Amino acid sequence: MSFVSEFNALPLARLLDRARSADAPSVSESLRRSDRTLADFATLLSPEAAGRLEKMGRRAQALTRQRFGRVIRLFAPLYLSNECINNCRYCGFSRDNPILRVTLSVEEIRAEASALMEQGFRNLLLVAGEHPRFVSNGYLRDCVAALHEQTPGVSLEVGPMETEDYRPLVEAGAEGLVVYQETYDREVYSAMHTAGPKRNFDWRLETPERAHAAGFRRLGIGALYGLADWRSEAICVAAHAAHLLRHCWKAQVTISVPRLRPCAGSFQPLTQLTDREMVQLICAYRLMFPDVGLVLSTREPARLRDGLLPLGITLVSAGSHTEPGGYTGAGAGQVHRTERGRIVELGASEWAGIEGAGPTATGQFNIADERSAGQVAERIRDLGYEPVWKDWDAALSA
Amino acid sequence: MSAATDNAPLEIAGRRFGSRLILGTGKFASPELMRDALAASGTEIVTVALRRADLSGRKDPFANILEFIDPGRYLLLPNTSGAMNAAEAVRLARLAAAAGLPKWVKLEIHPDPRYLLPDPVETLLAAEQLVGEGFTVLPYINADPVIAKRLQEVGTATVMPLGSPIGSNRGIQTRDQIRIIIEQATVPVVVDAGLGAPSHAAEAMELGADAVLVNTAIAVAGDPCRMARAFQAAVKAGRDAYEVGIADELETASPTSPLTAFLDDG
Repeated sequence: MSFVSEFNALPLARLLDRARSADAPSVSESLRRSDRTLADFATLLSPEAAGRLEKMGRRAQALTRQRFGRVIRLFAPLYLSNECINNCRYCGFSRDNPILRVTLSVEEIRAEASALMEQGFRNLLLVAGEHPRFVSNGYLRDCVAALHEQTPGVSLEVGPMETEDYRPLVEAGAEGLVVYQETYDREVYSAMHTAGPKRNFDWRLETPERAHAAGFRRLGIGALYGLADWRSEAICVAAHAAHLLRHCWKAQVTISVPRLRPCAGSFQPLTQLTDREMVQLICAYRLMFPDVGLVLSTREPARLRDGLLPLGITLVSAGSHTEPGGYTGAGAGQVHRTERGRIVELGASEWAGIEGAGPTATGQFNIADERSAGQVAERIRDLGYEPVWKDWDAALSA
Repeated sequence: MSAATDNAPLEIAGRRFGSRLILGTGKFASPELMRDALAASGTEIVTVALRRADLSGRKDPFANILEFIDPGRYLLLPNTSGAMNAAEAVRLARLAAAAGLPKWVKLEIHPDPRYLLPDPVETLLAAEQLVGEGFTVLPYINADPVIAKRLQEVGTATVMPLGSPIGSNRGIQTRDQIRIIIEQATVPVVVDAGLGAPSHAAEAMELGADAVLVNTAIAVAGDPCRMARAFQAAVKAGRDAYEVGIADELETASPTSPLTAFLDDG
């Protein structure tokens, strides 16, 4: 049974009611239990539970230390391409955004990876927009195969595929697949995704299961906070994670907690997840899932990231660029606009006044933590954790 | 410590060790702290996850855990943590040997990343292969006496049954099965995983385990060095008690004035 049928049967209204109005005795009970249910998780998201945040934090910290130790793993996103055939109202890469686009060659990707390896990264997340012409399955396979030779850990965040199309990527050495549902609210999803294959909600929802069937061993999920009610999204993510833990028993599941950041297109968040609520959310995830990896990106500012690290985060990015070529300037000579799938060269005026190789591609969003990887690692040490760069070996996914 | 109170040495594959406490190296807050805890524990065998180490020979400064483990002082026991099947474990072990690490391997194959429970089928396959290639194989297993015997038959140097899942700190939940494994063993039995307190380690040693492996309980302790010493003392105490012989438990109290004493009355 795929998660879609379970999701359709989820008593979301009842759970959401708990998440909004759980009383003090329910919160105490949900905090006390060690084997927590989805109802307990919803309870821990409540305003009443927010009053017990310090206690939640202490428990979350102790559990994380027990299960993961005093270590924080690091990774870096490596953007391959910002071409996309989808229109997602909140995303800078949307096809109708007149941004500067580029798809890096395999050689350029090697150079980007080398630059990241120099900084220390041994765990890379390859990110690309969804565009079968520019980002073909064969291209992705070639990228993975090229990096597998030089990088111990390679994961992917790309458009959803069929199980059969995932297999060559696993065989080439990819170990993880990240796919965010963005929002688990079907109505909001429909309103946000106005064109392209991403409009298919169910197809996207089943992606982690297809990835697991193909042999991926790390599965990343999450909601993009800022589109629908955060408590509702969190409950759905938790239900999804619980399903994956039961059905995809060989996978390490990770949950990410991205909040919307400013990007091209100037989309404004429809809902808010405050810093305080974010702390509560991370603690609740940890208390619900002691062994799930919790991921925090550079979307969040340094001060908040430093505060969240000891509460349950296990994997962080650092020094990130969200534009293809961001680490080396690769692809700068080939940037263009894309209209209806066709490349439109930049006009002379757009090149005018730009020194050097030319304009660079547009990023997906603006990051908030601008510290270098080395600075973040130093801070992790200061907080009493070991920054772990290498936690995988290519021999495991050869 | 006088020679008279020393425990008999632990012998694995013809090599003798004075300490019966084996340490893992994951989860420490820093490699320096790990190094100090190893020293404090008195251990002579240290296991390292190969996925954390640099096997390329390039002395990777971002994967330098091996540089904190003195090979003159400890037997460095590479482990295959992360491997989900026999092929991956064998590949890792070969890579480690090629990188110049000891041809010993703590064989860990756990396809389930949550509880890290070992896969007996793949473990047996990998053990057979690696023993055939000349490795000294120390397999991590569930506390299953049959898989323990099957592994001994293919020539493993130890068996390492779990007390409870890795990192769970739940102690010896598999006591009755471990007792059978020990009773039937022709190789040293090392209780591995789940030992969260020194008393758990002492319990394993009292049961007759030849050694114990501890990681999480020391690594995440507020003071890892002090906790390492606590485990060292507990292992010693448990072994002493085992060697001396512990009196059987009785179901009822044993009165100091026996109920049948009247028979001796004149």
